Amino acid sequence: MATPRIEIRNVSKTFFGVHHSVPALENISFKVMPGEFITIIGASGSGKSTLFNLCVGLLEPDEGEILIDGKIPEKRAGMLGYMPQHDLLLPWRSVLDNVIIPQEIQGIPKKESRQKALEMLPHFGLETFENEYPSALSGGMRQRAALLRTWLAGRSTLCLDEPFGALDALTRKELQNWLLKVWQEFERTVMFITHDVEEAVYLADRVIVLSARPGKIKRELKIDLPRPRRQRIIADPEFGKLVRELLMESGVDV
Amino acid sequence: MNWRKNIVPPIALIVILIIGWYFVVKISGWSSFILPTPFDVIQAGWETRDLLLDAVGTTLLATGIGLILALIAGVGIAALTDFWPLAHQALYPILVVSQTIQILAIAPILIIWFGFGMTPTILTVVLFCFFPLAVSTADGLISSNPELISLLRAMGANKKQIWRMVRMPSALPSFFSGLRLAVTYSVVAATIGEWVGGSPGLGLYMLRSKNALATDQVFVAMFITSLLSVTLFMLVYGIERLALPWYYSKQRTEQWDELGIY
Repeated sequence: MATPRIEIRNVSKTFFGVHHSVPALENISFKVMPGEFITIIGASGSGKSTLFNLCVGLLEPDEGEILIDGKIPEKRAGMLGYMPQHDLLLPWRSVLDNVIIPQEIQGIPKKESRQKALEMLPHFGLETFENEYPSALSGGMRQRAALLRTWLAGRSTLCLDEPFGALDALTRKELQNWLLKVWQEFERTVMFITHDVEEAVYLADRVIVLSARPGKIKRELKIDLPRPRRQRIIADPEFGKLVRELLMESGVDV
Repeated sequence: MNWRKNIVPPIALIVILIIGWYFVVKISGWSSFILPTPFDVIQAGWETRDLLLDAVGTTLLATGIGLILALIAGVGIAALTDFWPLAHQALYPILVVSQTIQILAIAPILIIWFGFGMTPTILTVVLFCFFPLAVSTADGLISSNPELISLLRAMGANKKQIWRMVRMPSALPSFFSGLRLAVTYSVVAATIGEWVGGSPGLGLYMLRSKNALATDQVFVAMFITSLLSVTLFMLVYGIERLALPWYYSKQRTEQWDELGIY
Protein backbone atom coordinates (compact mmCIF):
# COMPACT_ATOMS: atom_id res chain seq x y z
CA MET A 1 0.00 0.00 0.00
CA ALA A 2 1.21 3.49 -0.80
CA THR A 3 2.60 5.78 1.85
CA PRO A 4 0.02 8.32 3.03
CA ARG A 5 0.79 11.93 2.11
CA ILE A 6 -0.29 12.96 5.58
CA GLU A 7 -0.80 10.76 8.56
CA ILE A 8 -2.20 12.21 11.74
CA ARG A 9 -1.70 10.00 14.78
CA ASN A 10 -3.58 10.58 18.03
CA VAL A 11 -3.20 14.36 17.87
CA SER A 12 -4.61 16.53 20.66
CA LYS A 13 -4.36 20.26 21.14
CA THR A 14 -5.64 22.47 23.95
CA PHE A 15 -5.50 26.26 24.11
CA PHE A 16 -4.91 27.83 27.48
CA GLY A 17 -6.61 31.14 28.16
CA VAL A 18 -6.43 33.31 31.25
CA HIS A 19 -9.48 31.83 32.97
CA HIS A 20 -10.10 28.53 31.29
CA SER A 21 -8.61 26.19 28.76
CA VAL A 22 -10.30 25.23 25.52
CA PRO A 23 -9.73 21.72 24.17
CA ALA A 24 -9.61 22.26 20.41
CA LEU A 25 -8.76 18.77 19.16
CA GLU A 26 -8.90 15.44 20.95
CA ASN A 27 -7.25 12.27 19.78
CA ILE A 28 -7.52 12.83 16.04
CA SER A 29 -6.19 10.15 13.72
CA PHE A 30 -6.57 9.82 9.96
CA LYS A 31 -4.59 9.31 6.79
CA VAL A 32 -4.64 11.16 3.50
CA MET A 33 -3.61 8.96 0.58
CA PRO A 34 -1.85 10.25 -2.56
CA GLY A 35 -4.24 11.73 -5.08
CA GLU A 36 -7.11 11.76 -2.62
CA PHE A 37 -9.52 14.65 -2.16
CA ILE A 38 -10.61 14.84 1.46
CA THR A 39 -13.04 17.35 2.85
CA ILE A 40 -13.33 18.13 6.53
CA ILE A 41 -16.58 19.54 7.87
CA GLY A 42 -17.65 20.65 11.29
CA ALA A 43 -19.37 23.52 13.04
CA SER A 44 -17.30 26.57 13.95
CA GLY A 45 -15.24 25.76 17.01
CA SER A 46 -14.63 22.19 15.91
CA GLY A 47 -10.94 22.90 15.49
CA LYS A 48 -10.82 22.61 11.70
CA SER A 49 -8.43 25.50 11.27
CA THR A 50 -6.39 24.35 14.28
CA LEU A 51 -5.93 21.03 12.51
CA PHE A 52 -4.50 22.82 9.48
CA ASN A 53 -2.34 25.12 11.57
CA LEU A 54 -0.87 21.97 13.12
CA CYS A 55 -0.31 20.35 9.72
CA VAL A 56 1.49 23.37 8.26
CA GLY A 57 3.67 23.87 11.32
CA LEU A 58 2.17 27.05 12.77
CA LEU A 59 1.26 25.10 15.92
CA GLU A 60 2.68 22.06 17.69
CA PRO A 61 0.42 19.28 18.96
CA ASP A 62 0.27 18.67 22.71
CA GLU A 63 0.10 14.96 22.04
CA GLY A 64 0.45 12.73 19.04
CA GLU A 65 2.42 13.14 15.85
CA ILE A 66 2.03 14.27 12.28
CA LEU A 67 3.77 12.36 9.50
CA ILE A 68 4.32 13.81 6.07
CA ASP A 69 5.15 11.31 3.32
CA GLY A 70 5.77 8.67 5.94
CA LYS A 71 8.22 10.62 8.08
CA ILE A 72 8.04 12.92 11.06
CA PRO A 73 9.72 16.03 9.67
CA GLU A 74 11.92 18.24 11.80
CA LYS A 75 10.04 21.31 10.61
CA ARG A 76 6.67 21.04 8.87
CA ALA A 77 6.53 24.67 7.69
CA GLY A 78 6.89 24.85 3.93
CA MET A 79 6.24 21.14 3.32
CA LEU A 80 2.57 21.47 2.40
CA GLY A 81 0.77 23.93 0.17
CA TYR A 82 -1.39 26.02 2.48
CA MET A 83 -4.22 28.37 1.66
CA PRO A 84 -5.99 30.14 4.53
CA GLN A 85 -9.56 31.44 4.51
CA HIS A 86 -8.77 34.88 3.18
CA ASP A 87 -6.87 35.28 -0.04
CA LEU A 88 -4.12 37.21 1.81
CA LEU A 89 -2.47 38.52 -1.31
CA LEU A 90 0.17 41.15 -0.64
CA PRO A 91 -1.42 44.43 -1.83
CA TRP A 92 1.97 45.87 -2.82
CA ARG A 93 2.78 43.06 -5.22
CA SER A 94 1.36 42.40 -8.66
CA VAL A 95 -0.53 39.16 -9.23
CA LEU A 96 2.55 37.62 -10.81
CA ASP A 97 4.83 38.58 -7.93
CA ASN A 98 2.23 37.38 -5.43
CA VAL A 99 1.94 33.90 -6.84
CA ILE A 100 5.70 33.32 -6.82
CA ILE A 101 6.08 34.07 -3.09
CA PRO A 102 6.44 30.42 -1.99
CA GLN A 103 9.13 29.84 -4.60
CA GLU A 104 10.86 33.04 -3.58
CA ILE A 105 10.91 31.74 -0.01
CA GLN A 106 12.33 28.45 -1.23
CA GLY A 107 15.14 30.40 -2.89
CA ILE A 108 14.21 29.68 -6.52
CA PRO A 109 15.41 32.50 -8.82
CA LYS A 110 12.63 34.98 -9.60
CA LYS A 111 13.05 34.74 -13.35
CA GLU A 112 12.53 31.01 -13.34
CA SER A 113 9.51 31.08 -11.04
CA ARG A 114 7.91 33.96 -12.96
CA GLN A 115 8.28 31.93 -16.14
CA LYS A 116 6.57 28.96 -14.54
CA ALA A 117 3.82 31.17 -13.10
CA LEU A 118 3.10 32.74 -16.50
CA GLU A 119 2.60 29.27 -17.97
CA MET A 120 0.08 28.39 -15.26
CA LEU A 121 -1.89 31.67 -15.32
CA PRO A 122 -4.29 30.57 -18.08
CA HIS A 123 -5.19 27.39 -16.17
CA PHE A 124 -6.28 29.61 -13.30
CA GLY A 125 -8.18 32.06 -15.46
CA LEU A 126 -5.72 34.86 -14.72
CA GLU A 127 -4.07 35.40 -18.09
CA THR A 128 -3.46 39.08 -18.93
CA PHE A 129 -3.90 39.98 -15.24
CA GLU A 130 -0.32 39.24 -14.22
CA ASN A 131 0.67 42.88 -13.78
CA GLU A 132 -2.44 44.04 -11.91
CA TYR A 133 -2.46 44.70 -8.21
CA PRO A 134 -4.82 42.48 -6.17
CA SER A 135 -7.06 45.49 -5.52
CA ALA A 136 -8.02 45.45 -9.21
CA LEU A 137 -9.29 41.86 -9.07
CA SER A 138 -12.73 40.47 -8.27
CA GLY A 139 -13.21 38.22 -5.24
CA GLY A 140 -13.24 35.07 -7.36
CA MET A 141 -10.08 36.05 -9.19
CA ARG A 142 -8.27 36.87 -5.98
CA GLN A 143 -9.21 33.47 -4.64
CA ARG A 144 -7.90 31.84 -7.80
CA ALA A 145 -4.68 33.83 -7.50
CA ALA A 146 -4.30 32.63 -3.90
CA LEU A 147 -4.86 29.07 -5.10
CA LEU A 148 -2.30 29.48 -7.85
CA ARG A 149 0.16 30.73 -5.24
CA THR A 150 -0.51 27.59 -3.18
CA TRP A 151 -0.24 25.49 -6.30
CA LEU A 152 3.08 26.96 -7.39
CA ALA A 153 4.65 26.15 -4.04
CA GLY A 154 5.12 22.82 -5.82
CA ARG A 155 3.97 20.70 -2.91
CA SER A 156 2.13 17.48 -3.69
CA THR A 157 -0.39 18.05 -0.90
CA LEU A 158 -2.59 21.14 -0.60
CA CYS A 159 -4.37 22.22 2.58
CA LEU A 160 -7.23 24.54 1.62
CA ASP A 161 -9.04 26.18 4.52
CA GLU A 162 -12.53 27.24 3.40
CA PRO A 163 -11.11 28.74 0.22
CA PHE A 164 -14.53 29.56 -1.22
CA GLY A 165 -16.21 30.54 2.04
CA ALA A 166 -16.31 34.25 1.29
CA LEU A 167 -17.64 33.94 -2.26
CA ASP A 168 -21.17 34.24 -3.56
CA ALA A 169 -23.00 30.99 -4.35
CA LEU A 170 -22.57 31.14 -8.12
CA THR A 171 -18.88 32.02 -8.11
CA ARG A 172 -18.38 29.30 -5.55
CA LYS A 173 -19.94 26.61 -7.77
CA GLU A 174 -17.88 27.80 -10.69
CA LEU A 175 -14.68 27.55 -8.65
CA GLN A 176 -15.63 24.11 -7.30
CA ASN A 177 -15.85 22.76 -10.84
CA TRP A 178 -12.67 24.44 -11.79
CA LEU A 179 -10.84 23.10 -8.72
CA LEU A 180 -11.94 19.55 -9.51
CA LYS A 181 -10.74 20.02 -13.06
CA VAL A 182 -7.23 21.20 -12.13
CA TRP A 183 -7.01 18.63 -9.34
CA GLN A 184 -7.66 15.80 -11.80
CA GLU A 185 -5.48 17.28 -14.48
CA PHE A 186 -2.44 17.78 -12.26
CA GLU A 187 -2.89 14.90 -9.79
CA ARG A 188 -2.41 16.56 -6.46
CA THR A 189 -3.64 15.53 -3.04
CA VAL A 190 -6.12 17.91 -1.43
CA MET A 191 -7.33 18.40 2.11
CA PHE A 192 -10.22 20.86 2.03
CA ILE A 193 -12.01 22.44 4.99
CA THR A 194 -15.56 23.67 4.57
CA HIS A 195 -18.68 24.19 6.63
CA ASP A 196 -20.89 23.63 3.61
CA VAL A 197 -22.08 20.01 3.59
CA GLU A 198 -23.08 20.04 -0.08
CA GLU A 199 -19.69 21.40 -1.06
CA ALA A 200 -18.02 18.71 1.06
CA VAL A 201 -19.92 15.89 -0.68
CA TYR A 202 -19.60 17.38 -4.15
CA LEU A 203 -15.80 17.65 -4.03
CA ALA A 204 -14.65 14.73 -1.91
CA ASP A 205 -13.56 11.15 -2.14
CA ARG A 206 -13.97 11.04 1.58
CA VAL A 207 -15.61 13.37 4.11
CA ILE A 208 -14.41 13.66 7.70
CA VAL A 209 -16.91 15.08 10.19
CA LEU A 210 -15.53 16.79 13.29
CA SER A 211 -17.56 17.35 16.44
CA ALA A 212 -17.38 20.66 18.26
CA ARG A 213 -15.27 21.44 21.31
CA PRO A 214 -13.29 19.32 21.58
CA GLY A 215 -12.93 18.41 17.92
CA LYS A 216 -13.13 14.66 17.55
CA ILE A 217 -13.66 12.58 14.45
CA LYS A 218 -17.33 11.78 14.53
CA ARG A 219 -17.64 10.08 11.22
CA GLU A 220 -15.76 9.25 8.06
CA LEU A 221 -17.87 8.86 4.96
CA LYS A 222 -16.67 7.55 1.64
CA ILE A 223 -18.25 9.31 -1.33
CA ASP A 224 -18.58 6.88 -4.20
CA LEU A 225 -20.19 9.25 -6.68
CA PRO A 226 -18.73 8.94 -10.18
CA ARG A 227 -16.16 11.39 -11.50
CA PRO A 228 -15.85 13.74 -13.29
CA ARG A 229 -18.65 15.33 -11.35
CA ARG A 230 -21.06 17.94 -12.62
CA GLN A 231 -23.20 20.32 -10.63
CA ARG A 232 -26.35 18.48 -11.78
CA ILE A 233 -25.31 15.62 -9.48
CA ILE A 234 -26.79 17.71 -6.69
CA ALA A 235 -30.24 16.60 -7.87
CA ASP A 236 -29.21 12.94 -7.71
CA PRO A 237 -30.99 10.92 -4.96
CA GLU A 238 -27.68 9.33 -3.93
CA PHE A 239 -26.18 12.80 -3.43
CA GLY A 240 -29.19 13.85 -1.39
CA LYS A 241 -28.86 10.78 0.78
CA LEU A 242 -25.22 11.51 1.57
CA VAL A 243 -25.93 15.15 2.36
CA ARG A 244 -28.80 14.13 4.62
CA GLU A 245 -26.64 11.62 6.43
CA LEU A 246 -23.91 14.19 7.04
CA LEU A 247 -26.37 16.86 8.16
CA MET A 248 -27.86 14.42 10.65
CA GLU A 249 -24.37 13.53 11.83
CA SER A 250 -23.71 17.24 12.39
CA GLY A 251 -26.78 17.46 14.59
CA VAL A 252 -28.99 19.32 12.12
CA ASP A 253 -32.69 18.46 12.22
CA VAL A 254 -33.56 17.03 8.81
CA MET B 1 -5.29 64.53 -10.73
CA ASN B 2 -8.37 66.55 -11.47
CA TRP B 3 -7.38 70.13 -12.30
CA ARG B 4 -10.75 71.75 -11.96
CA LYS B 5 -11.40 70.11 -8.64
CA ASN B 6 -7.98 70.11 -7.00
CA ILE B 7 -5.90 72.98 -8.35
CA VAL B 8 -8.23 75.81 -9.31
CA PRO B 9 -10.11 76.38 -6.02
CA PRO B 10 -7.07 76.91 -3.76
CA ILE B 11 -5.33 79.13 -6.34
CA ALA B 12 -8.47 81.22 -6.76
CA LEU B 13 -8.79 81.62 -3.01
CA ILE B 14 -5.13 82.67 -2.67
CA VAL B 15 -5.54 85.31 -5.40
CA ILE B 16 -8.68 86.64 -3.71
CA LEU B 17 -6.89 86.82 -0.35
CA ILE B 18 -3.93 88.73 -1.85
CA ILE B 19 -6.27 91.23 -3.53
CA GLY B 20 -8.18 91.58 -0.24
CA TRP B 21 -4.91 92.14 1.62
CA TYR B 22 -3.93 94.90 -0.83
CA PHE B 23 -7.21 96.73 -0.34
CA VAL B 24 -7.12 96.39 3.46
CA VAL B 25 -3.76 98.20 3.46
CA LYS B 26 -4.92 100.86 0.99
CA ILE B 27 -8.22 101.59 2.71
CA SER B 28 -6.94 101.49 6.31
CA GLY B 29 -3.99 103.75 5.57
CA TRP B 30 -1.69 101.80 7.88
CA SER B 31 1.99 102.56 7.44
CA SER B 32 4.00 99.90 5.65
CA PHE B 33 5.93 98.85 8.74
CA ILE B 34 2.65 97.75 10.34
CA LEU B 35 1.36 95.97 7.24
CA PRO B 36 3.12 96.25 3.88
CA THR B 37 1.20 95.68 0.65
CA PRO B 38 1.88 92.58 -1.45
CA PHE B 39 3.87 94.76 -3.84
CA ASP B 40 6.04 96.11 -1.01
CA VAL B 41 6.84 92.52 -0.07
CA ILE B 42 7.77 91.50 -3.60
CA GLN B 43 9.93 94.59 -3.97
CA ALA B 44 11.69 93.98 -0.64
CA GLY B 45 12.40 90.42 -1.70
CA TRP B 46 13.85 91.53 -5.03
CA GLU B 47 16.05 94.20 -3.45
CA THR B 48 17.59 91.76 -0.95
CA ARG B 49 17.78 88.88 -3.41
CA ASP B 50 21.52 88.19 -2.98
CA LEU B 51 21.21 88.06 0.78
CA LEU B 52 18.07 85.94 0.47
CA LEU B 53 19.65 83.44 -1.89
CA ASP B 54 22.52 82.86 0.54
CA ALA B 55 20.06 82.61 3.42
CA VAL B 56 17.90 80.08 1.59
CA GLY B 57 20.99 78.03 0.77
CA THR B 58 22.15 78.01 4.39
CA THR B 59 18.71 77.13 5.70
CA LEU B 60 18.19 74.37 3.17
CA LEU B 61 21.58 72.86 3.96
CA ALA B 62 20.81 72.76 7.69
CA THR B 63 17.30 71.42 6.95
CA GLY B 64 18.65 68.70 4.69
CA ILE B 65 21.32 67.50 7.09
CA GLY B 66 18.85 67.68 9.98
CA LEU B 67 16.25 65.68 8.04
CA ILE B 68 18.73 62.96 7.14
CA LEU B 69 19.82 62.66 10.77
CA ALA B 70 16.19 62.66 11.90
CA LEU B 71 15.43 59.91 9.38
CA ILE B 72 18.26 57.78 10.70
CA ALA B 73 17.30 58.43 14.31
CA GLY B 74 13.54 58.03 13.78
CA VAL B 75 13.64 54.87 11.68
CA GLY B 76 16.40 53.49 13.89
CA ILE B 77 14.35 54.00 17.05
CA ALA B 78 11.30 52.49 15.36
CA ALA B 79 13.26 49.42 14.25
CA LEU B 80 14.80 49.07 17.70
CA THR B 81 11.42 49.18 19.43
CA ASP B 82 10.14 46.64 16.93
CA PHE B 83 12.94 44.12 17.44
CA TRP B 84 13.03 44.59 21.15
CA PRO B 85 9.64 45.03 22.86
CA LEU B 86 11.24 46.15 26.13
CA ALA B 87 12.75 49.13 24.32
CA HIS B 88 9.30 49.97 23.01
CA GLN B 89 7.82 50.07 26.50
CA ALA B 90 10.76 52.00 27.92
CA LEU B 91 11.18 54.49 25.08
CA TYR B 92 7.65 55.34 23.98
CA PRO B 93 6.66 57.48 27.00
CA ILE B 94 10.01 59.28 26.90
CA LEU B 95 9.54 60.00 23.21
CA VAL B 96 6.13 61.49 23.87
CA VAL B 97 7.36 63.59 26.80
CA SER B 98 10.31 64.79 24.71
CA GLN B 99 7.82 66.45 22.37
CA THR B 100 6.24 68.44 25.18
CA ILE B 101 9.50 70.20 26.00
CA GLN B 102 9.64 73.70 24.59
CA ILE B 103 12.02 73.76 21.68
CA LEU B 104 12.51 77.50 22.27
CA ALA B 105 13.94 76.61 25.66
CA ILE B 106 16.18 73.89 24.31
CA ALA B 107 17.60 75.94 21.44
CA PRO B 108 19.58 78.33 23.71
CA ILE B 109 20.93 75.34 25.63
CA LEU B 110 22.07 73.79 22.37
CA ILE B 111 23.95 77.03 21.66
CA ILE B 112 25.59 76.94 25.08
CA TRP B 113 26.70 73.39 24.35
CA PHE B 114 27.60 73.58 20.68
CA GLY B 115 28.32 77.28 20.13
CA PHE B 116 26.98 79.53 17.38
CA GLY B 117 26.87 78.18 13.86
CA MET B 118 25.06 75.46 12.05
CA THR B 119 25.22 72.65 14.63
CA PRO B 120 22.45 73.96 16.93
CA THR B 121 20.27 74.63 13.87
CA ILE B 122 20.71 71.09 12.60
CA LEU B 123 19.97 69.69 16.06
CA THR B 124 16.78 71.77 16.29
CA VAL B 125 15.63 70.24 13.01
CA VAL B 126 16.46 66.76 14.29
CA LEU B 127 14.55 67.35 17.52
CA PHE B 128 11.48 68.54 15.62
CA CYS B 129 11.50 65.85 12.97
CA PHE B 130 12.60 62.55 14.45
CA PHE B 131 9.44 62.19 16.51
CA PRO B 132 6.81 61.96 13.75
CA LEU B 133 9.18 59.67 11.87
CA ALA B 134 9.79 57.36 14.83
CA VAL B 135 6.13 57.15 15.82
CA SER B 136 4.73 56.67 12.33
CA THR B 137 7.33 54.07 11.38
CA ALA B 138 6.82 52.16 14.62
CA ASP B 139 3.04 52.25 14.13
CA GLY B 140 3.47 51.11 10.55
CA LEU B 141 5.60 48.16 11.58
CA ILE B 142 3.06 47.11 14.21
CA SER B 143 0.18 47.43 11.77
CA SER B 144 1.26 44.61 9.48
CA ASN B 145 -1.43 41.97 9.14
CA PRO B 146 -0.64 39.03 11.47
CA GLU B 147 -2.45 36.67 9.10
CA LEU B 148 0.01 37.52 6.34
CA ILE B 149 2.89 36.78 8.69
CA SER B 150 1.35 33.41 9.65
CA LEU B 151 0.86 32.55 6.00
CA LEU B 152 4.49 33.26 5.18
CA ARG B 153 5.63 31.28 8.20
CA ALA B 154 3.52 28.34 7.05
CA MET B 155 5.28 28.62 3.70
CA GLY B 156 8.56 28.20 5.53
CA ALA B 157 9.76 31.82 5.47
CA ASN B 158 12.38 32.93 7.99
CA LYS B 159 12.30 36.16 10.00
CA LYS B 160 14.38 38.07 7.49
CA GLN B 161 12.13 37.10 4.59
CA ILE B 162 9.04 38.05 6.58
CA TRP B 163 10.58 41.43 7.32
CA ARG B 164 11.43 42.10 3.72
CA MET B 165 8.22 40.78 2.18
CA VAL B 166 5.60 41.87 4.73
CA ARG B 167 6.72 44.06 7.60
CA MET B 168 8.64 46.70 5.68
CA PRO B 169 6.26 47.20 2.76
CA SER B 170 3.26 47.42 5.06
CA ALA B 171 5.03 50.05 7.18
CA LEU B 172 5.82 52.27 4.19
CA PRO B 173 2.52 54.21 3.86
CA SER B 174 2.65 55.13 7.53
CA PHE B 175 6.34 55.99 7.28
CA PHE B 176 5.62 58.35 4.41
CA SER B 177 2.84 60.08 6.36
CA GLY B 178 5.39 60.71 9.10
CA LEU B 179 7.94 61.93 6.58
CA ARG B 180 5.44 64.40 5.11
CA LEU B 181 4.81 65.80 8.58
CA ALA B 182 8.54 65.92 9.31
CA VAL B 183 9.50 67.83 6.17
CA THR B 184 6.69 70.30 6.79
CA TYR B 185 8.11 71.06 10.23
CA SER B 186 11.72 70.96 9.14
CA VAL B 187 12.12 74.38 7.50
CA VAL B 188 10.33 76.17 10.34
CA ALA B 189 12.52 74.27 12.81
CA ALA B 190 15.65 75.38 10.98
CA THR B 191 14.57 79.04 11.02
CA ILE B 192 13.88 78.82 14.76
CA GLY B 193 17.37 77.39 15.28
CA GLU B 194 18.86 80.22 13.22
CA TRP B 195 16.76 82.85 14.96
CA VAL B 196 18.17 81.76 18.30
CA GLY B 197 21.62 80.62 17.24
CA GLY B 198 22.53 83.20 14.62
CA SER B 199 23.45 80.92 11.76
CA PRO B 200 23.11 83.11 8.62
CA GLY B 201 19.94 81.57 7.16
CA LEU B 202 16.35 82.70 6.77
CA GLY B 203 15.85 82.82 10.54
CA LEU B 204 18.62 85.35 10.97
CA TYR B 205 17.35 87.33 7.97
CA MET B 206 13.97 87.44 9.68
CA LEU B 207 15.46 88.47 13.03
CA ARG B 208 17.52 91.28 11.48
CA SER B 209 14.58 92.51 9.42
CA LYS B 210 12.41 92.57 12.54
CA ASN B 211 15.05 94.51 14.47
CA ALA B 212 15.28 97.03 11.61
CA LEU B 213 11.45 97.31 11.53
CA ALA B 214 11.62 96.14 7.91
CA THR B 215 8.24 94.45 8.13
CA ASP B 216 8.13 93.84 4.40
CA GLN B 217 11.30 91.73 4.67
CA VAL B 218 9.83 89.76 7.58
CA PHE B 219 6.95 88.93 5.28
CA VAL B 220 9.39 87.91 2.54
CA ALA B 221 11.12 85.47 4.89
CA MET B 222 7.78 84.15 6.06
CA PHE B 223 6.56 83.44 2.54
CA ILE B 224 9.82 81.85 1.45
CA THR B 225 9.76 79.59 4.50
CA SER B 226 6.25 78.49 3.60
CA LEU B 227 7.18 78.04 -0.02
CA LEU B 228 10.14 75.84 0.91
CA SER B 229 7.98 73.77 3.27
CA VAL B 230 5.31 73.27 0.63
CA THR B 231 7.91 72.36 -1.98
CA LEU B 232 9.46 69.76 0.33
CA PHE B 233 6.02 68.40 1.10
CA MET B 234 5.18 68.07 -2.59
CA LEU B 235 8.54 66.46 -3.25
CA VAL B 236 7.95 63.80 -0.62
CA TYR B 237 4.42 63.30 -1.87
CA GLY B 238 5.77 62.78 -5.38
CA ILE B 239 8.34 60.26 -4.17
CA GLU B 240 5.62 58.52 -2.18
CA ARG B 241 3.37 58.13 -5.21
CA LEU B 242 6.25 56.68 -7.20
CA ALA B 243 7.34 54.39 -4.38
CA LEU B 244 3.88 53.11 -3.49
CA PRO B 245 2.09 52.64 -6.79
CA TRP B 246 -0.13 49.96 -5.25
CA TYR B 247 -1.29 52.38 -2.57
CA TYR B 248 -2.22 55.01 -5.09
CA SER B 249 -3.31 52.67 -7.85
CA LYS B 250 -6.02 53.86 -10.18
CA GLN B 251 -8.67 51.48 -8.91
CA ARG B 252 -8.02 52.54 -5.39
CA THR B 253 -8.26 56.26 -5.95
CA GLU B 254 -11.36 55.70 -8.07
CA GLN B 255 -12.86 53.84 -5.16
CA TRP B 256 -12.03 56.76 -2.89
CA ASP B 257 -13.60 59.05 -5.44
CA GLU B 258 -16.82 57.06 -5.36
CA LEU B 259 -16.87 57.01 -1.60
CA GLY B 260 -16.32 60.75 -1.57
CA ILE B 261 -12.99 60.58 0.21
CA TYR B 262 -11.46 62.84 -2.42
